[in-house]
Amino acid sequence: MDDIVKEFLIESGENLDRLDQELVKLESEPSSKELLASVFRTIHTIKGSCGFLGFARLEKLTHAGENLLSRLRDGKLALNAEITSGLLAMVDAVRRMLTAIQASGEDGEEDYATLIGRLAGLQDEVAGESPAAASGPVPDVLLALQPAAEPPNAARNAVEKKEDLSSKPSSSRAASKPRSKRKLAESSPDPSKIGGVLVERGHVRPEDLALALEMQEKGRQKVGEILVAHGAASPEDVLAAQQTVELRKADAAGETIRVGLTLLDRLMNLVGELVLARNQLLQFSSTTPDPRFQAVSQRMNLIATELQEEVMKTRMQPIGNIWNKFPRTVRDLALGCGKQVRLEMEGQDIELDRTIVEAIKDPLTHLVRNAIDHGIEDPEARRRAGKDPTGILTLRAFHEGGQVNLEIGDDGAGLNSGRIRQKAIERGLITAQQAALMPDRDIFHLIFLPGFSTADKVTKVSGRGVGMDVVKTNVEKIGGAVDVESTPGQGTTVRVRIPLTLTIIPALIATCGGERFAIPQVSLLELVRLDSDERGKGIELIHGAPVYRLRGRLLPLVYLDRELGIRDKAGNSACSTAVNIVVLQTEARPFGLIVDEINDTQEIVVKPLGRQLKGINAYSGATIMGDGRVALILDVLGLAQKARVIAEAHAPALDAGRSQAGTPGDSGERALLLAENGVEGRVAIPLAMVARLEEFPQSVVEHAGTREVMQYRGQIIPLLRLSEIIPATRDADMQAKSIQVVVYSEGARTVGLIVDRIVDIVEDHATVDPLTSRPGVVGSFVSQNRVTDLLDLAAIVRAAVPGLMDGAGSQAGGI
Amino acid sequence: MASQHFCTFLLDGYLFGVPVPQVQEVIRLHDMTPVPLAPAAVEGLINLRGEIVLAIDLRRRLGLPRRTEGTLPINVVMRTDEGAVSLLVDEIGEVIEVSESSFEAPPNTLHGAVRSLILGVYKLEGSLLHALDIVNACQVPATTEAMAVER
Repeated sequence: MDDIVKEFLIESGENLDRLDQELVKLESEPSSKELLASVFRTIHTIKGSCGFLGFARLEKLTHAGENLLSRLRDGKLALNAEITSGLLAMVDAVRRMLTAIQASGEDGEEDYATLIGRLAGLQDEVAGESPAAASGPVPDVLLALQPAAEPPNAARNAVEKKEDLSSKPSSSRAASKPRSKRKLAESSPDPSKIGGVLVERGHVRPEDLALALEMQEKGRQKVGEILVAHGAASPEDVLAAQQTVELRKADAAGETIRVGLTLLDRLMNLVGELVLARNQLLQFSSTTPDPRFQAVSQRMNLIATELQEEVMKTRMQPIGNIWNKFPRTVRDLALGCGKQVRLEMEGQDIELDRTIVEAIKDPLTHLVRNAIDHGIEDPEARRRAGKDPTGILTLRAFHEGGQVNLEIGDDGAGLNSGRIRQKAIERGLITAQQAALMPDRDIFHLIFLPGFSTADKVTKVSGRGVGMDVVKTNVEKIGGAVDVESTPGQGTTVRVRIPLTLTIIPALIATCGGERFAIPQVSLLELVRLDSDERGKGIELIHGAPVYRLRGRLLPLVYLDRELGIRDKAGNSACSTAVNIVVLQTEARPFGLIVDEINDTQEIVVKPLGRQLKGINAYSGATIMGDGRVALILDVLGLAQKARVIAEAHAPALDAGRSQAGTPGDSGERALLLAENGVEGRVAIPLAMVARLEEFPQSVVEHAGTREVMQYRGQIIPLLRLSEIIPATRDADMQAKSIQVVVYSEGARTVGLIVDRIVDIVEDHATVDPLTSRPGVVGSFVSQNRVTDLLDLAAIVRAAVPGLMDGAGSQAGGI
Repeated sequence: MASQHFCTFLLDGYLFGVPVPQVQEVIRLHDMTPVPLAPAAVEGLINLRGEIVLAIDLRRRLGLPRRTEGTLPINVVMRTDEGAVSLLVDEIGEVIEVSESSFEAPPNTLHGAVRSLILGVYKLEGSLLHALDIVNACQVPATTEAMAVER
């Protein structure tokens, strides 16, 4: 493709983005001649270029738009929602054509005759009417729209003519900066001059500036010098103003160049390399006595650090780059939902790494949609609630503690905690009891769970139950966090916290199985080291899951070597003398990662892993260490999910099971507890029948007569050995020090069933074959490639402990 | 008749080849970082002048017997659409010119996964050159099926 066409595409793409914003802004400020002139200019430029490049269809379309705009500009037509929509439709069409040009070099097959007709129609429709008549209120779906323009008067016409001049591209530069002598007192200070900047910042009073300017014209002194000499401004302010002016000049003179993103990425990589080489050099220099070499390394160190910072800056983009799309999105959505919304943005110039900006684009868009679709009420409801019919959507960005906070807030009805509770109970996410105890804040967090949506109706915008969980996952993927706050009747605010950059991050280096792993410092809470004599009492087991009491709270533990399956290679990690726990934060809940050794923290350069390794979910990338070897960066979130899949499925499932105490049908998914009976036997117990899973030392078993019993939660409960009830082919190791107990409750009575080993909890929908049915066994099915007997726990208990469950039996049936 | 240049290498005694333009470089590297949980054919990650490159053990990928302990494989770094990928081979051979006329599709007797990894063979004097299907070879399925190469 020709360079000139490429240039045209890039420029037009930028222009179109600006058009979107300007048109939406114009709708709320229809009398702004400046905006109108700018819109006109942009369209005119595109039209001019495509005529020159021979894109006839594109030219025809933009020409129609330009005609309409010129009538608006001449005041023969007043802007209304219909015209704005028409113009926006044209912008979209132009964008499609540009895409076509990029793909094929041609401006597409479609000639957009309907759209051109529509634009022409818009132009004619009101053309006959006087602008005064057209100023009547436009449809009430308008967002925050002031009634259209008032009739033009002589003064405005005068301004208009001036604008007319400036709207011609050729003369625009000259017109915007009248160089003639001006009347100082009247003219507004020129922001491209020191004086203007000083006034703009409130450092100097306009009167003083006017005087100083007059003196400058007479004498040789500069304005700044005069102001300082007369004590009207401090030298620092003048200096700062001068810098600003220079910056602005650089902008105006186009002292920027376009640089390809790949080149920037390459630069970033090279700087990353340099940082690594620097690290090695420093290591080396500390062992060399030559002071000259040390001095050079020191300088090298400083330069590399500075270079790294500067190159990182080139990748920074203002968040405004994404937000700029929102005025249009908000307008279209609000029109679509019949709502009135005003968008307020704050902190557009906050900068973020390009990759992060890209990554949060979709989540943010989703949050904005949600706020309009579900958050802000329709004008009628707002009026009834005594609120302004126009809702306010606020986007705010600000720095806090080395991270960037983004807030998406609306002044709508707020989250309905009652409805969320109810939905969560219906979906089995929490029990009624839990719901009653949970504070509203925690309840609000439930909206981030997968498959959760309280929207009464599914709209085309949102409410399909996918969304908030995706927002959360995407934000967490880049090391961020999401929080939600809501006050009934006053609105909802979603807060997204994200890191500034992703490419060079501080990380903790830990060793496991002889390999080094980098753990991003963002997720790191603290390090705990248990010496060999402490470890026995430190780590406890909750039915097989290791936990550690960290200041009185149970911290779930994950063994990195087991998670990664590298235990065998490195020998058993249990033989190491001390246990190192890296306490990591994920979502709201911390967990402990057990590693062999903790090395140190250092800045690492994150490099992506190829597609071939994407599926593993345990690594977020790789980095090169000071010695040139590659180390994997652990994906803390992924690891937590990997390790906690079962743990997370447990708790709610058990609770849900208790509240239902029902009979799981043969069809459909049901949760089953798999256990080993003997060495080869596999049994399954519907999870709904299981109250708790416990592991006890063998010594808890006591005898009451011939019956085995144990003390459990202030009760004496009978113990049944599954291997005695359902004979197993071969006895498992009876020497085991501990016993695994499945606790079964009916009413107030509790029985413990000792199994040889708890294997897993699975969701299964296999059909049970009654062929192998026998006392205590409903039948068999295949789970995890093994034939598994489905136990009838209630029947087993009744047969083994006759009389015990009488009176409680009415509550729960068999299988 | 058209001909092209092949970079050849040996794997368990078999002669394999890849077109020269697709080879970025051939390098002997000792530092390999294993990737736990990765598919079996993945040998690990190497640092190729700052670029992190996935190394695939071609023996395992092709289902050939394991390399004897202590012998260092050689990295044949390939250019692919998704960046560089290193293929580990036993020994590097010469660059040879083969004519298209000596090409033949893999015989029907060739079966198993190797069929999808070999485009065909070039009949050389005294030996057969297996033309590797680079796109497929650089993919790593979760389970690499063991497969037999007909001897």
